[in-house]
Amino acid sequence: MLEEGNIINELLIERLNYFIYVVLLLIGLYGMIAKKNLIKKLIGMSIFQTAIILFYVSVAVKEGSTIPIYLPEHDPHGHTGDIKESNITDAIHAGPSVLKSELVKDYSNPLPHVLMLTAIVVGVGTLGLALALCLRIYQGYGTIEEDELLAKMESREIRSKSLSVQIPKEKSEISNRRKPPSKKGKPQPTSKSKSVSKKKSVSTSKSENQVSVKSSRSQKNKKAVKKVVGSKVSNKGNKS
Amino acid sequence: MKIFTLIPVLFVGALLLYAAKDFPEWGSPSGPASDSPVSSHFIANTGVDTEVPNMVTAVLADYRGFDTMFETVVVFIAGMAVIAILKNSGRKKPVRREYEVDAEPDLIVTNTVRLLIPVIQIFAFYVLAHGHVSPGGGFQGGVLMGASFILVALSWDLETALARFPMQWTTIVAGLGIVLYAGIGIFSMFLGGEFLDYAELAKVFPVSREMARYHAMLGVEIGVGLTVTAIMFSLYANLSSEGRLQRGL
Repeated sequence: MLEEGNIINELLIERLNYFIYVVLLLIGLYGMIAKKNLIKKLIGMSIFQTAIILFYVSVAVKEGSTIPIYLPEHDPHGHTGDIKESNITDAIHAGPSVLKSELVKDYSNPLPHVLMLTAIVVGVGTLGLALALCLRIYQGYGTIEEDELLAKMESREIRSKSLSVQIPKEKSEISNRRKPPSKKGKPQPTSKSKSVSKKKSVSTSKSENQVSVKSSRSQKNKKAVKKVVGSKVSNKGNKS
Repeated sequence: MKIFTLIPVLFVGALLLYAAKDFPEWGSPSGPASDSPVSSHFIANTGVDTEVPNMVTAVLADYRGFDTMFETVVVFIAGMAVIAILKNSGRKKPVRREYEVDAEPDLIVTNTVRLLIPVIQIFAFYVLAHGHVSPGGGFQGGVLMGASFILVALSWDLETALARFPMQWTTIVAGLGIVLYAGIGIFSMFLGGEFLDYAELAKVFPVSREMARYHAMLGVEIGVGLTVTAIMFSLYANLSSEGRLQRGL
């Protein structure tokens, strides 16, 4: 099973690092596509990133090499005063010179480490931003499950239609159901974009005044509700 | 439904494994990643060009300085975006959750952390300042420094940490880091070099051109460290309290 040239031998023994990175990457990719929960999607994204980092770092491995920091005897500007061995000091007093090509092999490649160093920090930044967006979505809709979120967005759109407040995109079909535009019959689903633009213009011209009035009214209502809720909360807090 | 997602995933996996056959073997010194003229140039010339023994720092802050500057800007923008998204969102008054209890910060935890914080912060400064001669640098030192503030917020509460590092300061400090980085670059431009061409600083400071690059790299790393410290803490403070900056976890 593990003889030379076998595909399993090739993958699991000689190129195990690539096998692990591919498996991790696929786990991340599957999580991002298949999971409904937004946080689980983010976990998938993180695993994906880790797979890429692992790939770069494993490519940078060089057998028999040390970390990419000059050893004191190789450093062209190294502080040689401490080193007493005569042969080393002789070599260094010749002045700074480029590292010999046979010594280049002794150091691993610094470039992948540099790239991954910045990628990790930027990954933290993007992950924080994504979590903030998730928090905001949860505050707005009370859920971070994708399907529930879509259902809630749809129902919210219908409600906002009936209040004739703003018409974002994608609502053309719902609004068409509610109030057919004219006697021409139902608009074709193929001419979606056209109907959207029409709808927009019609509704905005119709209810421009209404919108402003109603929105201000609804804001007032919201404020009142908030006040009530706030007082309730504070009461509860006092009691406990 | 999930079976359908498996199809593209496995397809991608098969492609990647097929491509992996052509990649260099584990640790092979003759692979294109280890044998490329770019990496050989960095390894051979870093010491002559810059007097910095740590090639990773030299490549990060000098050869690829432009890239690193905008990586720092990305971190800065992420922090600002989190503040912008979460500020004034949701309920102003935190709703009491059932599992929340009013408890004093634990005595053992706070006293242990009291001893740990100075060590962590000194180590952060060490990692930042010795990024040239040993593993370390601005990003690592900044993350350590930010972690020390997060530890305060975890063991006491968020208000205690914010009393030591207010939210307005985090914005200022993060901006200051980028200004320091870009300022060194622009300063070297005024001295006749290109943007981020640190060697030109030798015209002003009494050091050799190589040593000027060494010191400019330290300045640049300090700028990166400031930004990363501030943004790490601001990310934690905003995310743990839903932008309210009270109570927290």
